[in-house]
Amino acid sequence: MLDGVRSDLTSARDGAARETLLEVNNIEVIYNHVILVLKGVSLSVPQGGITALLGGNGAGKTTTLKAISNLLQSERGEVTKGTISYRGERVQDLDPAALVKRGVIQVMEGRHCFEHLTVEENLMTGAFTRRDGKAAVLRDLEMVYEYFPRLKERRKSQAGYTSGGEQQMCAIGRALMSRPEMVLLDEPSMGLAPQLVEQIFEIVKAVNEGEGVSFLLAEQNTNVALRYAHYGYILENGRVVMDGPAQALRENPDVKEFYLGMSDEGRKSFRDVRSYRRRKRWLA
Amino acid sequence: MLNDIFIQPFADMFGAPDFLLQVLWEGLVSGILYALIALGFVLIFRSSRIFNFAQGIMVVFAALTLVGLHAMGIPAWISVALTLAVMFVLAVSIERVVLRPLVGQPDIILFMATIGITLFLIGFGEIIFGGENKVMITEELGIPTDSVVLEPWGGLLILEQKDITAVVVAGLLVVALLLFLGKTRMGRAIRALGDDHQAALSVGISLQTIWVLVWFIAGIIALVTGIAWGARAGVSFALEVIAYKALPVLMLGGLESITGAIIGGLMIGMLEKLFEIYWGQPLMGGNTETWFAFVLALIVLLFRPQGLFGERIIERV
Repeated sequence: MLDGVRSDLTSARDGAARETLLEVNNIEVIYNHVILVLKGVSLSVPQGGITALLGGNGAGKTTTLKAISNLLQSERGEVTKGTISYRGERVQDLDPAALVKRGVIQVMEGRHCFEHLTVEENLMTGAFTRRDGKAAVLRDLEMVYEYFPRLKERRKSQAGYTSGGEQQMCAIGRALMSRPEMVLLDEPSMGLAPQLVEQIFEIVKAVNEGEGVSFLLAEQNTNVALRYAHYGYILENGRVVMDGPAQALRENPDVKEFYLGMSDEGRKSFRDVRSYRRRKRWLA
Repeated sequence: MLNDIFIQPFADMFGAPDFLLQVLWEGLVSGILYALIALGFVLIFRSSRIFNFAQGIMVVFAALTLVGLHAMGIPAWISVALTLAVMFVLAVSIERVVLRPLVGQPDIILFMATIGITLFLIGFGEIIFGGENKVMITEELGIPTDSVVLEPWGGLLILEQKDITAVVVAGLLVVALLLFLGKTRMGRAIRALGDDHQAALSVGISLQTIWVLVWFIAGIIALVTGIAWGARAGVSFALEVIAYKALPVLMLGGLESITGAIIGGLMIGMLEKLFEIYWGQPLMGGNTETWFAFVLALIVLLFRPQGLFGERIIERV
């Protein structure tokens, strides 16, 4: 059945000729030398696409993103096996700053704005690694304000006093200020009202189409993520259990039942879905 | 008794306003130096959560290096430049040897490490420059040593020119520092790092660079303080004691607040002088300056644990 999904992989990567930006090959991540979190995750992100990384709590989404951006080091995590390459170059030993210079930047889960800095100062810190002059940075600041008009209104407020949605926008805008090729977006929907989630994803889509920025986003909100993404990977327990074009994943009965809360018999309470049954179906 | 505590001191103050001004001026001069040292603490604490116990000894070390270099026959201003270079090397080596291997360890371990730095600098300084007292090269640096005599209300107010110089230079340094933190890319990065380490890493701010930078700034501050204080009291390891005065300043002003450090320093400097002259000497036999600041800090802590100007913890409800 999984094969069925994989076979129409090429057809849905619209055009199929897109260059692969990021290639993660069978990585294993261990925290603190003992806790095995990722048990061989492979994925690839094409240029100009939105790729979703889906799965429940503790599936390994955040760890995967942090392994790519190399923020793992500061949390005593370590990639022990496998390779990560960006544009064909091995990047797993670089520090986060070097990766930002190469065009890969992470927006962390829970937003992490600099709360005592104003919104505009927050955005400006995003341009820290840039060397292309003040004029170019200011041009990009205007670009960010165009995508996020709300931030322009709040530019002088301390980020800590802005709302959750504004902070999420601020964090994404800050990342855009580094002129990235690829943004690793961790759980943008966290703690936001459905309407705001929709708005944020609209902006992500607009940035993706307007600026050609590729996104790899980790999401628990499978429903929204699959509507905006082009391709999706489903992680469970540190492994990729399924991947495919977003369209195909949306229509897959297993994904429908376990992640979208629908099944052939219509909507179903989660209480009725027994966990042993889930395991059996995946392994079959 | 009540008269001695509540009425007599104030009667004295208004009876001889010129003397009151003199006391306040003395307080201001030591206060601004406390403020400078506290600033060094605040910068390092904000950007790395390290309570830098070595700030005081850095003052001594900088002053000793300056005097020692000059004693070797190097012209005064070149000695200043060389001392700055030494402070830079010190910042780089502290980052390399002490901080980098300890990243991510609990705060208390880093605090202990700064105590280690303190002991090292004491020993190292004594080996190289010797432990005896030295005289600050005030005149060689072109700092005027005359006094200005003013006569407000027909009284007498003596301002030493080296004190005036110290106040002006310290003021300029503070302004420059505030501009640097507020307006420049590096300054923003220092403040960002103070707010959120992980996020700062994620946008590509390099911890190592920033740490070297803040320790170097702390070194510059230490040199200026060392020159100013050395001009008043000579250069010896006893200077380190004034650094401990920065602790009550920090408690008063808050560990993270730059304005707090400045205002706290000035307040402590002036209040302890006032207390000493008008209450301490007549009522307690003097020498209250050694403990007054700490008692004041304790009282403040009772009522405002985050300090008078501690950065407000932003909490959204």
